[in-house]
Amino acid sequence: MDWYPLYNSLRIAAISTVIIFFLGILAAYYVARAPRLVKGVLDVVFTLPLVLPPTVVGYLLLRILGPKRIIGAWFLEHFDLKLTMTWWSAIFATTVVIFPLMYRTARGAFESFDETLADAGRTLGRSNTWIFWRVRMPCCRQGILAGTVLAFARALGEYGATSMIAGYTPGRTATISTTVYQLWRTDNDTLAFRWVMVNLAISAVVLLAVNMLERRERRRKPTWS
Amino acid sequence: MVLSVDIEKTVGDFHLQVRFQADKEILALLGASGCGKSMTLKCIAGIQQPDRGRIVLGDRVLFDSQAHIDLPPQKRRVGYLFQQYALFPHMTVEQNILSGVREGSRARRRAAVEEMVHTFRLEGLVHLRPSQLSGGQQQRVALARILAGQPELLLLDEPFSALDEYLKWQLELELADTLKVFPGGALFVSHSRDEVYRLCDTVCVLTNGKSGPKETIRELFASPATVGAALISGCKNISPATPTPHGLLCSDWGVTLHTAQPVTSQTRYVGIRAHYFTLEGRENPIPCRVSRVVDNVFSTVVMLSTPGSGSLRLEMEKDRWAALNNPQQLTLYISPQNVMPLTE
Repeated sequence: MDWYPLYNSLRIAAISTVIIFFLGILAAYYVARAPRLVKGVLDVVFTLPLVLPPTVVGYLLLRILGPKRIIGAWFLEHFDLKLTMTWWSAIFATTVVIFPLMYRTARGAFESFDETLADAGRTLGRSNTWIFWRVRMPCCRQGILAGTVLAFARALGEYGATSMIAGYTPGRTATISTTVYQLWRTDNDTLAFRWVMVNLAISAVVLLAVNMLERRERRRKPTWS
Repeated sequence: MVLSVDIEKTVGDFHLQVRFQADKEILALLGASGCGKSMTLKCIAGIQQPDRGRIVLGDRVLFDSQAHIDLPPQKRRVGYLFQQYALFPHMTVEQNILSGVREGSRARRRAAVEEMVHTFRLEGLVHLRPSQLSGGQQQRVALARILAGQPELLLLDEPFSALDEYLKWQLELELADTLKVFPGGALFVSHSRDEVYRLCDTVCVLTNGKSGPKETIRELFASPATVGAALISGCKNISPATPTPHGLLCSDWGVTLHTAQPVTSQTRYVGIRAHYFTLEGRENPIPCRVSRVVDNVFSTVVMLSTPGSGSLRLEMEKDRWAALNNPQQLTLYISPQNVMPLTE
């Protein structure tokens, strides 16, 4: 059995999760504190990929990253770089698709954060950066961790947009999900089933991790308001 | 240290207008909830911005709307004790206190933490988290964290509101000790006249966002200046009053009373405390009819209807009331010293 799809899926998911960790938190932090109108508009824009079919996301990505489209053509001309049909093309797809998951969970966590703690930090002479990393993030850890794990799990299973922008080339752009589809299509049922089991195992581990994190958090939660 | 505050801020239809000066003293901001006490503290700490005005602490201008000065809270050196203490829940007691130390080398900061741990008797608790502490211990940690930063001014926002009744007394004594050795001044926000009476030197009453004149605690209780101050200081009998050549005509009670306190053209009301009435005397008689008797834990409250449309409230020891044998009619007397003319 060729393990390349597993390796490829894991690295795509890992890289896009790291990117989305920072992007999602940044977006969540600003939207949580934005004025109402801005908040409403940004919230819709940032959540859109969650409700769009992945094929629509894939189509839109091809519209701008394809070799003859604005960004795609520019990269091809200046760097001789094709943005589609490589293994890392899938990162564009997964990043867009998982962004709302990270953004929404992190925003929920930031909105339930007790701002008095930040005020206390400021009157104690602490910089806003210190407060963000040493108070706000640790206090919102639960939501942010849950968002990260969910985003990773979703990135691992991304199929629609990935297959459109990275295609399926065995040993180059194949991921678990595209492999399962190809194997099933070519009647290789035994191997398809094996990959399905691998996928099930990974998903189960991820969800277990989320549950354990939540339970540990609940124990540590302070009893005072 | 001299703190000078003169600020205005409008939020919705609430208008805050506060003006006072404080020296190295414990000044109480006393008022009902929602009267702008906490907002005033937040403006001084820099957590909220006043619309207009000026805040000066010592020789430093913290805020000046005309000169466009608005120091960030980090630079104000104002310690803020929050209602729920706002300890960082994920940090230990030691880390919480360390977060209050402003500068110095690692060793210096460690030493500052140790000193605070010792001062506030937190030795056995340094590795615990706030959720593992009692309310009293949390307050000590919060004070230690604030004082570790050597602030020039302390702001105490209802420090006992998060506590059970029976815990308050001990904590009040501890806070009094802390304030005694604190080199700067302090602002104490409260709605409890008892706390204020025991802990503070001077008081400024806030009524619907507007501050009254600064008074000493003794003045507030003996001769409050405004109706708001009289109410918050626990005065139960207040009537509109007009100065006449014969005395103060109290329209609610239908009597004219003499007062030994100065009456001005601003005098609009008169106040009498419920336990200052006497049943014998010569001055200021008020003929009343008993309308209702309510027993308190240690005293009896008697509601009386007056010659006017209003009623009076009399408070006396239980035994003394029992000795009177449930009278239907009573004539109350009040010494002119205890008739308090009040302004709006």
